[in-house]
Amino acid sequence: MISAPFRNWLLSDTPDSRFQARMGRFYLGWLTFAKNPLALLGLIILVLLIVMAIFAPWISPHNPLSGELEDRLLPPSGKFFLGTDENGRDIFSRIVFGARTTLYIIGLVAVTAAPIGLLIGTTAGYVGGWVETALMRITDAFLAFPKLILALAFAAALGPGLENAVLAIAITSWPPYARIARAETLTVRNSDYLAAARMTGAGPFRILFGHIMPMCVPSLIVRVSLDMAGIILIAAGLGFLGLGVAPPQPEWGSMVAEGRSQILEQWWVCTYPGIAICIVSLGFNLIGDGLRDVLDPRGK
Amino acid sequence: MIDIDNLSVVFGDGENRVLAVDQFSLRVEAGESFGLVGESGSGKSTVLRAVAGLLDTWTGNIAVDGAKLGRKRSRDFYAKVQMVFQDPFGSLHPKHTIDRILSEPLIVHDLDNREARVRDVLEQVQLGPSFRFRYPHQLSGGQRQRIAIARALILRPRIILLDEPTSALDVSIQAEILNLLDDIRTQLGVTYLLVSHDLGVVAHMCNRFAVMRQGKLIEVAESAHLGTGALSHAYSRQLLLASKGYDRALVDTFADL
Amino acid sequence: MVCAMFSTRVENKMTQTPILDVQNLNVRFDTPKGEFHAVKDVSFTMGREKLAIVGESGSGKTQTGRAILGLTQGRITADRMTFHGSNLLGLSPVAWREIRGRRIAMVMQDPKYSLNPVMTIGDQLIEAGHRHIGTISPRQRSLEMLEAVKIRDPLRVFRAWPHELSGGMGQRAMIAMMLMAEPEMLIADEPTSALDVTVRLQVLAILDDLVKTRNMGLIFISHDLNLVRTFADRVLIMYGGRVVEELPARDLYSATHPYTRGLLACAPEVDNPKKRLAILNRDPAWANPPPRGGR
Ligand SMILES: Nc1ncnc2c1ncn2[C@@H]1O[C@H](COP(=O)(O)OP(=O)(O)OP(=O)(O)O)[C@@H](O)[C@H]1O
Ligand SMILES: Nc1ncnc2c1ncn2[C@@H]1O[C@H](COP(=O)(O)OP(=O)(O)OP(=O)(O)O)[C@@H](O)[C@H]1O
Ligand SMILES: [Mg+2]
Ligand SMILES: [Mg+2]
Repeated sequence: MISAPFRNWLLSDTPDSRFQARMGRFYLGWLTFAKNPLALLGLIILVLLIVMAIFAPWISPHNPLSGELEDRLLPPSGKFFLGTDENGRDIFSRIVFGARTTLYIIGLVAVTAAPIGLLIGTTAGYVGGWVETALMRITDAFLAFPKLILALAFAAALGPGLENAVLAIAITSWPPYARIARAETLTVRNSDYLAAARMTGAGPFRILFGHIMPMCVPSLIVRVSLDMAGIILIAAGLGFLGLGVAPPQPEWGSMVAEGRSQILEQWWVCTYPGIAICIVSLGFNLIGDGLRDVLDPRGK
Repeated sequence: MIDIDNLSVVFGDGENRVLAVDQFSLRVEAGESFGLVGESGSGKSTVLRAVAGLLDTWTGNIAVDGAKLGRKRSRDFYAKVQMVFQDPFGSLHPKHTIDRILSEPLIVHDLDNREARVRDVLEQVQLGPSFRFRYPHQLSGGQRQRIAIARALILRPRIILLDEPTSALDVSIQAEILNLLDDIRTQLGVTYLLVSHDLGVVAHMCNRFAVMRQGKLIEVAESAHLGTGALSHAYSRQLLLASKGYDRALVDTFADL
Repeated sequence: MVCAMFSTRVENKMTQTPILDVQNLNVRFDTPKGEFHAVKDVSFTMGREKLAIVGESGSGKTQTGRAILGLTQGRITADRMTFHGSNLLGLSPVAWREIRGRRIAMVMQDPKYSLNPVMTIGDQLIEAGHRHIGTISPRQRSLEMLEAVKIRDPLRVFRAWPHELSGGMGQRAMIAMMLMAEPEMLIADEPTSALDVTVRLQVLAILDDLVKTRNMGLIFISHDLNLVRTFADRVLIMYGGRVVEELPARDLYSATHPYTRGLLACAPEVDNPKKRLAILNRDPAWANPPPRGGR
């Protein structure tokens, strides 16, 4: 798959630069990941989702936003692979464009919720004392509510719309990450290498960002990718309840919602977006499991 | 060089209170290599950590190079005092390359010429430049301990605190590390405060040594006395006896002195 | 005597069949850079005795010990590996659970890594002994075990977190955990390296008594040649994954292999000070298989 000299460069016991060392480490991780066929399947699903989102205008055969009224609720056929909805729009095209919304939501949630959780958790774990108590009580307060209910409350308060839905989900997703980051910090905070870091004269910020966070990131990455499935479902749930994307923008959850009244007669309207949600959730779960093997520090 | 006067350290409170170090006083001269031996749990590491500024609460006086130390240590203090930990597997950050581990003190202290300094210090601990970009898990225990020593050396400290630097290493690697530490001391004139359970190591490395038990200092002696057995405290003599090897009958004679 | 408190189990009188019989044990790791052969054709049998394994870092001592318990991440192959006559190769996870920690226990090399940092010592002790059925409470038993390993303040240590212990106390907590399980065979991987010399001997005396009174088999992995010479019955010397020499422990100082002699010369001695310690010059040929018809 890759040329022998490049492979040797990657696996060198004596790298010549930081970059080479990092790439070598990355490659070893990839080799472990690639040994797991299910994880690879998950990765393929993710790549397909991204490809679908990028090339949506070229992939989709019809306009996802408007349709002809005479095409209402047509069953799957040669012209409309997956049938049409009650506005005569092609469901396949809407699913393809819906991939963009889905990626947008999970991407945004991942880059907001995870860093917030990381920062709060590591600070609580490292600083200790009343700071820890305060931060962890807040975290617990968030955790006390079911995620969907809390997201619903925030989304309702903020009003409908994609950005607000993302915000609502992000606000409700960080607490578990904070818990993980804190737990991970507690296991390393008494380690000799942190004592050594303090003995360089480094301040708390340098230690937090340079020494503690790198130890927490792996388990967080695993957790975030396992959570992606849940986030997709919550986003779908919000869409289903009309608190997500404004119509006529395609979003898988609201597509399921629109089809629910005809689920028996025109089953394809909600079934296919539902399958899309399932497949992508499954994909993220598989990736998360694969990453767990790669990143688990105890496995080494 | 190091003046410890009436140092006491208490951990925990209530039922869990433990007096780890109890009115401990010690004076280590500049350029000296001083050994610290004693019972496991007697507070040797705690003394070292108090000097190193890794403890929050202690009472008494610690002075280094004539300057009295407070709870918080300045950056300049760490340019003067460094420490090598017992466990070579636990004291190097698993996600940092050797280069990063050695550069970190230089960055914190705003020193220039980092490349050259890292390369020099690697050479000093007899590791080639090929080690520079490895991760700790790619190194053997002895090599890791060399890196730990290199990290301690890179700021050119006057004092190095060594907490059982070779107890996790096998005898052949131990010999290399002890020779290395010897060379460093003769070349740079640093002061060592060395904790060890191996009286052979203490006899080989140190001019003088102190014996600790239950947080207290019970004896200070010349290392030469280890060979002759001229130790004044009964516990010290028991230690010396025990270091000769296992003897079931001898164990039954051990008293809680 | 320390051992009075260990409940007596039915003593097996089968001194004839060895406790452990290992023939041509090999451990191989598949690494991206190809196969790494960590343990090469190691054979030994042991009965009710103290068998020491010495050798430098990376010589395969730990991997040999872990292979006996099926705990290595590498691939194990062996012509034979039996424990009290029953096969240890290819056991199911359920069968292993019956053996590990219960019939064969291992004291791991590194207490800092082997103790769970977010669980108190007491909880870990109770967990280690959870299969034991007896009249006294697990808590009481744990405290007794901590006392047996000469911990001065058992109650405090019982409640302490691992980071609140000194290096040697953590190591003794590990040994106490092993005592909780009352194994028939113990693999102790450098169990006393962080202990002061008197406590070290006292802990070894406990192990010694277990071997004598309860017919336990002990594999003792160590770097300390003088200790091995005075404590063990027999010594295997490993180099590069291979056993290069095997001899009665008391004859260690008259070993013939240049590697063993080199190791002996490295150690600093209290009553024989040297200006500079000898270092070992390794000969790659030591790692080669012995010539046919050799041993
Ligand atoms: N962070 C802590 N919290 C509570 N107690 C502690 C803490 N650190 C050390 N102790 C206690 O202080 C005492 C002295 O510990 P120390 O680590 O100094 O011993 P030591 O002499 O270095 O022993 P060893 O030779 O086994 O390493 C021990 O009883 C230990 O339990
Ligand atoms: N998971 C692994 N993958 C690849 N190689 C490994 C793995 N674990 C151990 N090894 C290698 O197996 C060899 C034997 O290791 P082992 O831990 O048995 O050494 P040891 O004799 O116990 O050394 P020490 O005295 O340092 O504990 C080493 O070279 C080590 O690098
Ligand atoms: Mg200590
Ligand atoms: Mg080992």
